[in-house]
Amino acid sequence: MKIVIIDESPIRSAILEEGLREAGFVDVERIDETHNLLKRVYAIDPDVILIDLENPSRDELEQMFQVSRAVRRPVAMFVDQADSASIQASVDAGVSAYIVDGLKKERIKSILDLCVSRFNAFAKLQNELERARSDLEERKTIDRAKGILMKARKLSEDEAYKLMRGAAMRESKKIAEIAQSIITASELLK
Amino acid sequence: MNATRQVKIGFIPLVDAASLFVAVDKGFAAEEGLDVELVREVSWSNIRDRLAIGHYDAAHLLAPMAIAATLGLSHVRAPVVAAMTLAMNGNAITVSPDLYASLAAAAEGDLGDPAVTARALKEVISSREKRNAEPLTFGMTFPFSTHNYQLRYWMAEGGINPDTDLRLVVLPPPYMVDNLAKGQVDGFCVGAPWNAVAESAGVGVILHPGSAIFNPAPEKTLAIRAQVAERDPARAEALIRACLRGADYVRAPENRDETAALLAHADRVGADAQTVRRTLEGRFGGEENKDYLIFGDAACGRPDAYQAAWLYAQMSRWGQARLSPDALSAAKRVFDPTFFDAVTGTAHPRTAPVAAFSGSSFHEQDIEAYLDSFAIRAAR
Repeated sequence: MKIVIIDESPIRSAILEEGLREAGFVDVERIDETHNLLKRVYAIDPDVILIDLENPSRDELEQMFQVSRAVRRPVAMFVDQADSASIQASVDAGVSAYIVDGLKKERIKSILDLCVSRFNAFAKLQNELERARSDLEERKTIDRAKGILMKARKLSEDEAYKLMRGAAMRESKKIAEIAQSIITASELLK
Repeated sequence: MNATRQVKIGFIPLVDAASLFVAVDKGFAAEEGLDVELVREVSWSNIRDRLAIGHYDAAHLLAPMAIAATLGLSHVRAPVVAAMTLAMNGNAITVSPDLYASLAAAAEGDLGDPAVTARALKEVISSREKRNAEPLTFGMTFPFSTHNYQLRYWMAEGGINPDTDLRLVVLPPPYMVDNLAKGQVDGFCVGAPWNAVAESAGVGVILHPGSAIFNPAPEKTLAIRAQVAERDPARAEALIRACLRGADYVRAPENRDETAALLAHADRVGADAQTVRRTLEGRFGGEENKDYLIFGDAACGRPDAYQAAWLYAQMSRWGQARLSPDALSAAKRVFDPTFFDAVTGTAHPRTAPVAAFSGSSFHEQDIEAYLDSFAIRAAR
């Protein structure tokens, strides 16, 4: 069975491809760039097409339902209409699948489940990265504010931190927010 | 004041969603007790799927798609009510300068006449076939779109079978101009502002406004999820009321600057305000055309079973749907004026019939005869 992944995020499509290979689907191709999409898809002639939902080219695939000169192999439904949980899960995860007619439902289901879990794993990874990045930013801000306080009030590092923490608790704000206002204030007072 | 009702609405960044944008951004929706979240989408397919699973309560939708989604004619079934016609017309057919030159050479008559250009296109296709050249390729925005039907109708009137004599391909509207410039397509039918963009970039010549093919053609509808409309008709009516106020605002010439500025925003249409303003004025290829893009208001925005039947006839002609009495009445029910009438009162304006530039006129009562009158149609 030939599977094609259309995703403008090369990292995510690599993660998905790896998952599919692990599950025994070895015939996987990736399309990262959607120029002339349909021609490329036809050249590969896949049985299953997976596409991310942020992709504006998704509508191009929809014409594979139609019968016309542009379409060589009409595409069928991706999952049973009754299986709304599958649709919900895939839309939530941000992926959609198109299946060429004649494939067994169980095989499709296993591919779709895999897609959903890999897309969700990728989203989680991204969130974690984002959080790590903002944690780092916060730490940098706090360090700068600490430096300002130490210099202006002749405090030790520990005392400066405690001062900010006290202010944060009184105003029920995050330390990083207090730190940011210290930086802003000191820039205004320069 | 009613309790606040939340409504999540998906849209595609196009000028013909203006009434909806204004309804939200000018606070008309809030005054109706609605807390609206507008979500900018990248594909019609996404909108349909999110309507199906209830991510969206309503959407700015291609009019034929409301029928296709409800009847489950493609991929996922998403029952909706076409509660108000947001816009009529608004598209145009643009061709490459090369194709335009070939059409001009082959044309016998006025190039502004779609019957003349369709026959000229047939000539061009025949001579290409004799030379064994690649078939021509035209872009459109979605299989279930007026763009698709406009292109097909126009071509077929010239004796062209759009399924066998050339290629029709779907392209996202923002990619159209680029594809025309690179020669991937020889022409396209798309909404504003992409025709004007192609022409000003010198890569395309606007051949016909959509209104020269069909007028007035239902283009975009305010589609409300059927379940939402049934369970909470007051919410559907409040949304229609807000959009009608939006339409009145958009249609008033004195509001054009503000409307254009609002639509230009990156989270709305995200286009140049001057280009948007020209579209609102109906200035099109330098000329004024009051039919170019019509925003549906209390007088002309009423959804009508007639429009649904006309759309369903186009779908049947091209093999997208099967013409059966049951399917036809299911399609007609999608264009349900109940909610619109509850808002506007009892004097229901007559829906203007859709007139085509040539071919037999459409009669809702005898669609079979209408379809049989066309020599070119998809094999049954």
